[in-house]
Parts: sequence; structure tokens; C-alpha cells
Amino acid sequence: MIVEFGYGVLVLSFLVTVYSGVAAVYGVRKKSASWVESARRAQLLTFPLISISSLVLIYLLVNNHFEVSFAYEVTSLSMPAYLKITAWWGGQAGSMLFWSWLLSMFTSLVTLRKWDRDIEFLPWVILVSAVTLTFFLGMIVFFENPFSRFWLVNGNVVESMFQPVAATIFRPEDGRGLNPLLRHPGMVIHPPMLYLGFVSYVIPYAFAMAALITGRTDDRWIRITRRWSLWAWLFLSFGLVLGGRWAYDVLGWGGYWGWDPVEIAAFMPWLTGTAFLHSVMIQEKRGMLKQWNMVLIILTYSLVIFGTFLTRSGVLSSVHSFANSPIGPFFMGFVTLTLVVSVWLVIKRWNELRSETEMKSMLSREALFLLNNLLFISILVVCFWGVIYPLISELVSGQKVTVGPPYYERATGPLFAGLLFLMAIAPFSAWGHSTLQTLGRAVWKSILASLVLTFILFFTYTQNLYALIGFFLVALALFATTHEFYRGALARQKTQNENFFTALSNLMMRNRRRYGGYIIHISMALMAIGILGIELFQKETQGTVAQGESLIVGEYRVEYRELASWGVQSDGVNYTRAVLDIYENGIYLGQLYPRIDYFYDAEQTMTIPGQRSTFRDDLYILLVDWQPVSNSGATFKIYVNPLVNWMWIGSLVFLVGIIFAAWPDKDPEAVSARVKKSVSQTSAAD
Amino acid sequence: MSEINQRKSVPLWIQVLIWLFIAALLVLVGSTLSKRQQGRIQTGDKLPDFSVTLFSGYEFEGKSEVSLSDFAGKVVVLNFWASWCKPCEQEAAELEEAWRFYNGEVIFLGMDYVDTEPEARTYLKKFQITYPNGPDLRTSLSQMFRITGVPETYFIDQQGVLYYIKVGPFLSIDEIKSIIEQKLQ
Amino acid sequence: MINIILTKHFLRITGYTFLLAISFASISTHFAYAQDDIPTDDEVNEVAKGLYCPVCENTPLDVCPTEACKQWRNVIRTQLAEGKTEEEIKQYFVDYYGDRVLAEPPRTGLNWLIYVLPPALILLGAVWLFKNFQAWTKPKVVESVSIQERSDDSSTDKYISQLEEELKKRN
Repeated sequence: MIVEFGYGVLVLSFLVTVYSGVAAVYGVRKKSASWVESARRAQLLTFPLISISSLVLIYLLVNNHFEVSFAYEVTSLSMPAYLKITAWWGGQAGSMLFWSWLLSMFTSLVTLRKWDRDIEFLPWVILVSAVTLTFFLGMIVFFENPFSRFWLVNGNVVESMFQPVAATIFRPEDGRGLNPLLRHPGMVIHPPMLYLGFVSYVIPYAFAMAALITGRTDDRWIRITRRWSLWAWLFLSFGLVLGGRWAYDVLGWGGYWGWDPVEIAAFMPWLTGTAFLHSVMIQEKRGMLKQWNMVLIILTYSLVIFGTFLTRSGVLSSVHSFANSPIGPFFMGFVTLTLVVSVWLVIKRWNELRSETEMKSMLSREALFLLNNLLFISILVVCFWGVIYPLISELVSGQKVTVGPPYYERATGPLFAGLLFLMAIAPFSAWGHSTLQTLGRAVWKSILASLVLTFILFFTYTQNLYALIGFFLVALALFATTHEFYRGALARQKTQNENFFTALSNLMMRNRRRYGGYIIHISMALMAIGILGIELFQKETQGTVAQGESLIVGEYRVEYRELASWGVQSDGVNYTRAVLDIYENGIYLGQLYPRIDYFYDAEQTMTIPGQRSTFRDDLYILLVDWQPVSNSGATFKIYVNPLVNWMWIGSLVFLVGIIFAAWPDKDPEAVSARVKKSVSQTSAAD
Repeated sequence: MSEINQRKSVPLWIQVLIWLFIAALLVLVGSTLSKRQQGRIQTGDKLPDFSVTLFSGYEFEGKSEVSLSDFAGKVVVLNFWASWCKPCEQEAAELEEAWRFYNGEVIFLGMDYVDTEPEARTYLKKFQITYPNGPDLRTSLSQMFRITGVPETYFIDQQGVLYYIKVGPFLSIDEIKSIIEQKLQ
Repeated sequence: MINIILTKHFLRITGYTFLLAISFASISTHFAYAQDDIPTDDEVNEVAKGLYCPVCENTPLDVCPTEACKQWRNVIRTQLAEGKTEEEIKQYFVDYYGDRVLAEPPRTGLNWLIYVLPPALILLGAVWLFKNFQAWTKPKVVESVSIQERSDDSSTDKYISQLEEELKKRN
């Protein structure tokens, strides 16, 4: 009964969403505000409806309703309750429901804002979000139904939503359980973060579309959605970092990023999203690049949809996942619709999206921003082509190929270096125009300091050329950005007669976005330290040792003490754990416990490394294999990952920076109130 | 990105280029998708001819390289396996027994999927497998059939038409026989 | 790097020929484990790092935990012991399992696309952007900058110039 209820509410929410889209368009056609208002209310109704449906699903998951096939697939008796709740997004059908729920929440939030000044956008924003939501709900209702159940018909088990003739319900004893890899705390929050990022990009995209359709092509849409795109970027970035952390902690390959097509699919919208974040500033400050910003937001949204499509329809996955998902063609249709409509609209409005001002100098802030955009798009080209090419090869020559890390690292390395350099110097260039002289005057101290530091590193740490270039650029970015803080505070101290720290905090509070951005720049430089460390200086060794014997890597000596294996039935996990003594240059540092967990329900193992993190390096040890007879050997793989901790420190700084930048001001509308009305403003009934 | 110096709107050739790019992308992804959706070769399809290099020590009528066309007029049982695959071991003895039972009237052909030769040989020896066996070189045959895993068995009739696909191990020799019998007289 | 490995193996070959002569028939993984100067795990991993097993797509062979991958690593060990070079071993895997085992497509035929297209596109983008820069920055009728500035953000720029002034005074 409860299952039918959950599904019924889901179908209802689907119908309501379809209605809101249709009513919005009809309202515009008939120039009827009441129809648009009705569409808006329908839109608001979707959120509670999908919430109810989701609650029903969670109820089924928590209470072991294994007759529901989704519950059978992602939960089992031995899973703790919190994992049963998070299993909501642990499988295809549930995660799409989760996605729809987030989407309805965001669109509800945005329809609740004050619309008085932008009332012509309203129906179109409703339409775009309704189409997207219709699509996701449609996939759940028609193809990947999380409520469908097992039935017993003539001795055969079939899966169906409704009771087939002469069938009785079939309820398996236990479920298969969530994939063990997904039971890690990092994985519990990594997908929602990523989805949050993906879904929040729907909002800026919807406003961009509304702007194109209504022809109100000033930067109003950008100002309204500025905070949305900032939050979207926050979630997406943080989702990626969490994914990296998860990979580092549970995948057991000594790294956090493997240039896997699925990772890249999530990384691509981040690239365009980051480019967008920078280039909208040019439009806001200088009224330039309107066309380009439209292209970027469309690209970002399309990449979100396209990436999701590639990874979920089975186009990109291996022969061993059950990839014959029925959502493929339907999803494909949605991708086509999105691309064709957006591109057509941009081309149609191209001429109205002209710049108001002209580029003055090649070293102006806006010019450097364009270079930044060029670099981001170049990285996108490399990634996109790397993901797409295997499909071409398979289709044309019939041979599957792998495009792996060497390709991406070689191609994107110089581009990332270029970005670091721009990050260091761009803040010093002025809007409008700069010359080499003004720029040089502002930045020479930082360059000098970085050069000195690089020389010190050359004599004390490394002679690797790439590393030195990398460290120079990181140092430059760090020095230049801190210098920017310093010199701003100093100037303010003079003019406002405040003490240095008051001046600094006032300065930052008055220009949240600017200084939040600089904090993010610092965090990126810190993360770059981690990346350089693991890419260029990673050391590893593997060997089989008997008890009391040691493996040596770098300055570390790892002595194998003992190994124990035990099962905890209540968790459904069997643990095999090794105890290792760690010495550095002969000094005892402590013990590490790499282990292998075997999950009975999923019949799968998970390799958990023993880790010791310091600012200088991580000692990362994996238990690879062991001889069942005690006191014979065990095989360990040991990595020394220099500086990788800076990656995680950087990501915390990043979080501070972006929250600082995105925190709501007292009155965000006050600033934009001064924007002059667009000339090309036309009525909503255009 | 060009803002200044631009004509009335997007030049036609750029528009054409953009639409061509989108169309190509969609066609590419669409055809890959449809390939994935179809999955393996369907039952009822006439199979294209393919040839297989056998492990040394295995041969068929004196040849160490056999083609599907060599078996015309006979039922062919094409079995994908690997030495690292535990479920494959459940059916190995049954397959060999069935091969001996039909005594050459039905062809059994073992394809070793993503495996290493020493282990494969150990496996073949352990189960005393005598029917023709060979590695799936360049994984081309498994790609052609789009197998979903191992073991997986394809039954091909006398006319070279695929008529049955078995995913997973056989439970008994009778199961194998009953599928073969469908096509004998 | 590769050169070092090559020489290392070359030096070993002499030693191995003798060993191999005795136990040619019984080369197996057990043999590889049993001897002392046989290839170490690290040497095996060095080769395995650049290979991808089709069973677990996108996981490099040196860290892949599946049974199939363990067997592959043993093949590498055996072949290293036979004195094969990294390139020869990779070629063996390519012949056996196809191009997909390599971390990158081999540079032949159609595959050149993947190496040529992105740099070409990036270069094209850069050239195009640069040309536009030149067009944009060409001196035109001199207009006052302040007219072009948008009212709502001149504050930041004023701020910068004020800042520069302050700093100049201090120096």
C-alpha cells in the first residue's frame, strides 16, 4: 500500500510539473498574469510532493522492504540505519529521485524571490526548470522506478510496479547491500555535493534562457544569479575535492585523481563554470563579453547534462556493469533538446548581445581574464576530446582504446601552469587599461621573492625543472596575492587612520567578492603544492616480508609485526588487519594498520590504507596480500606522497574563501538598482 | 567571443560549423548508445565469419587456426571463460563431458577471455579439456559479441545462426544437452 | 628513465640465460617467486603502471586487485625474467589483448587525431584571440575612459588608483 502511495505521489508530482510548464507558456501567450501565477504555484507544489515520495522511499529502505527491488539492491540487514538513508542516492533510480528533489527545492527557492522588477523572466524560468524536472521525473516514473517490486508468477520472479495477474509478492531474505566502496563517509556526502553543484547550475541557465527568450539581454540575469552560480561552483568544487579524498582513502591506489572518464565528466562543467565565474565580472564591470557569457553558461549546463548522460546511460562504462539502462534514448532526446534550443537561441540573439565598451589594452584586467578563459577552455578541449575519442575509435576502427593519465597530464600541465601565472599577476592589472610598466611596478617584489625561494629550493629540495617552475609559480601566486592584501590594508590604514588589522578586516568586509576570490586563489596555490608533490615526487615500493622483516622507502622503514583476521557478523564485514612499526631515520614514529575489509553481503573487498600525514609527506601503506598460514609473509605496497596534505589544507582554505565571497550581503539588490535599464528590453510576450 | 568588429550576426559558415559539430557529436554518441543498448549479437542473427587461433597443443582437423565457416553444418557451442573466473570452474567438467558425448557431431569452442597463458593452461589441464580452445586475441571476439562477463555461452546452429545465449555457468550437463538437442534433427 | 631500466635488464640477461637454460621447461610464477635475483615487485609495477586490464577498466594494472590483474603481473614478472624489455612486454599485451591495454592510444593511423587535434584547436583559439586583441587595441578616436566606465564599479578602480597613489607617496 505504502509503495503504491509513494509511486502515486511521484506520478502526481510529474503531472504537476508538466502542468506548471504548460501553464507558464500559456500565460505568456494569453498575456495572463494569473496563468503564470498558477504555474508558479504548481512549481512550488512539486517540492512537497517529491519530498513525500522520497520519504516513502527512505521508509522502505530503512525498514528492509526487500520486495522493492531498489531496496534489495542498495540495502541489507547488516547495514546501519544512517547508511540505509544515504542509500537513497546509492543507486541509479534513487539518485535520480534525489536529484529531482534537489532540483524542485532550488526552483522553489528561486520562485519565492521578489519578482517585481523581473516579472518578464518568471514564466520562462519556470518553463526551463519545469522541462528539466519533467525530464528527470519522467525517467523515474517511466524507466527507472525506485518503487517497482518483485513478484512471483508461476515460480518465476519478475519485477514490476503493479501486481501481475495471479502473482504474489516476493520478498528476498536479505538485500544485496550498498556497494562497499560507497559506504565510506566521504562517499556518503560526495555525490550529494556534486549533485547540488550540478543542480544549482540549472538556475543560472534558466535565467540565461529567460534573458535570451525575452530579449532582455543586459546583465540583469547575471546579477540575479550571481550568488547561485557562486554556490553552484562551491558545491561542484567541493564535490570534486571530496571525491578525491574518498578515492585517496578507499580506492587504494595511492592517489586521488585517476583521469577516469567518469571523473572528467564531473570536472568539465567545473572548468566552464570557473571560466564563467571570471568572465561575468567583465560583463558586470565593463559591459563586455555578453555573448561569451551566454556561451559559457550554456556550455556549463550542457556539460552537466551531457556528462550525466554519458556516465548513466552506459555509453562510457565497462562491459561488466549492467549498462543496459533503459533511460538511454530518452536521456539522449533531452540532451539533443537542450543543445539545439540553447544554441539556436544564442545565434538568434547574437547581435543583441553586443559589448557596450571596447577592449583598451592587452594587459588590462579584462584582457587577462580572456586569457584565463582561453586556458580553461583549452583544458576543456583536452578533456572533452579525451573522453570522446575512444567512442570514435571504437566506432570507426572497432578497436577500444584507453585514454589515460599520461595524455591528460602532458596536455593540461602547461595550461595549469599558465593559469597559476595569470592568477598571480591578474589581480594587479586594472580594469580598462594597464601597461607593462604599471604591472611590473606592482609585481616585481613578488617575482623577486619567488625567485629567491626557488633558488633556495633548488639547493635544498629538488633539481627537477618542472618542479622548480611549478614551485616558482605557486610562490608567485602566494606572494602576489598576500601582497595584494597587505598593500590594500596599508593604504586603508593611511587614509582611514585605522590600525593595520582593523584596516585589513574592513577592507575585506567591504569587498567580499574580491577578497573572497583572493582567498580562493591562495587555496588553489596551496592545492597546487599538493599536486606537484604527488605528481613529481611520489615514491613507492612493494614487497613481501615475513614477520619482523622490514621494507624501506625513502627515509622510512616499515617493519611488519603481525596480522590478524576477524569477522564481525553484526557489521557483515570481515577485517584483515596488519600491524606495522614505522621508523624514520631509525626513530620510532608509531604504528600503522592497513587492512582489507571483506563485505559478506556484497562479496566484495575494500583496501583501506594505513596513513600517516604530515605537512611534509604522507606515508600511505596498503596491504596487498597475505599468506593464510600465520607468521609467513604478507605483501605491502608503500607510497610516500610528498606534500599531498596541502591539497586538503588548500581545500579547507578554499571553503573559507568561497563562503566569505558568497555570504549574503545586507541588501544584494541595492547595488544592482543603479544599473541602467537595457535598451533592448521587450515585453514578455515577445 | 568576438564583440567588436562583428557583422550583423554570426557568420553563416560558423553557424553551419556549429550545427555540424553538434550533429556529429549527437550521431557519435547516439550510435554508441544504440550499440550499447543492443548489447550482444541478438539470437536469430546470422553470424559473420570469424577465425580463432588455438592454443598450441589444440587443433581441429589438423589446423591450429579455425574459422566459424569450417564448422558449417554443425551446431557450435562457443564458450567464453577465463582461468580467474570461479563460476567457470563449475561448468568446465560438464562442457568437456558434453563434448565427448557428441563425439565431434557438435563443435565446442572455448574462448579464453582476458587471461594469461600459463594459468589458462593449468586450468585446461586441471579440467582435462580436449575441445578446441584458444585465446581471445585483442579481445576482438568478446567485443564482437559484447559479452557481459564470463562464463557466457553462445549456441550457433548448422546454418551459422545464433539461437541461444547462456549467461553464467550451466548447472548440469542436461542443460547443455537440452539446448543442443533443439537443433539436432 | 626507460634507458636506465633497459640497461638494468640488459645486465641481467646474461645471468638469466644460464638460469633459463636449466629450468626452461618449468618457468612459472612459482619459479619467479622462488628465486632471489628475479624481478622485484617494484620492477614489475614499473611496467604494470602503464598498462590497463580490460576486466577493470580505467584502473592501472599496478594497483588493480582483481585475480585477472594478479595473473597479468605474474606474466610481466616472467617476461622480465626472460629478459624482455618494457616495450616488448607492452607489445606482447597489445598483441594479446588489443590497444586498450595501453594508457594512451598508440601513435598510429586514426589515433593521431587525439594528439594533434587539441593542440591545433588551442593554437587556433590563441591566434584568433590575439588577432582580436590587436584589432581591439588599435588606436581609435580617443574617447574619455570615464564615459566608458560603468557607474557602479568605478569605485573599485578609483580605489586602485588611490591605492597606487598612497604607495607612491610612501616610497
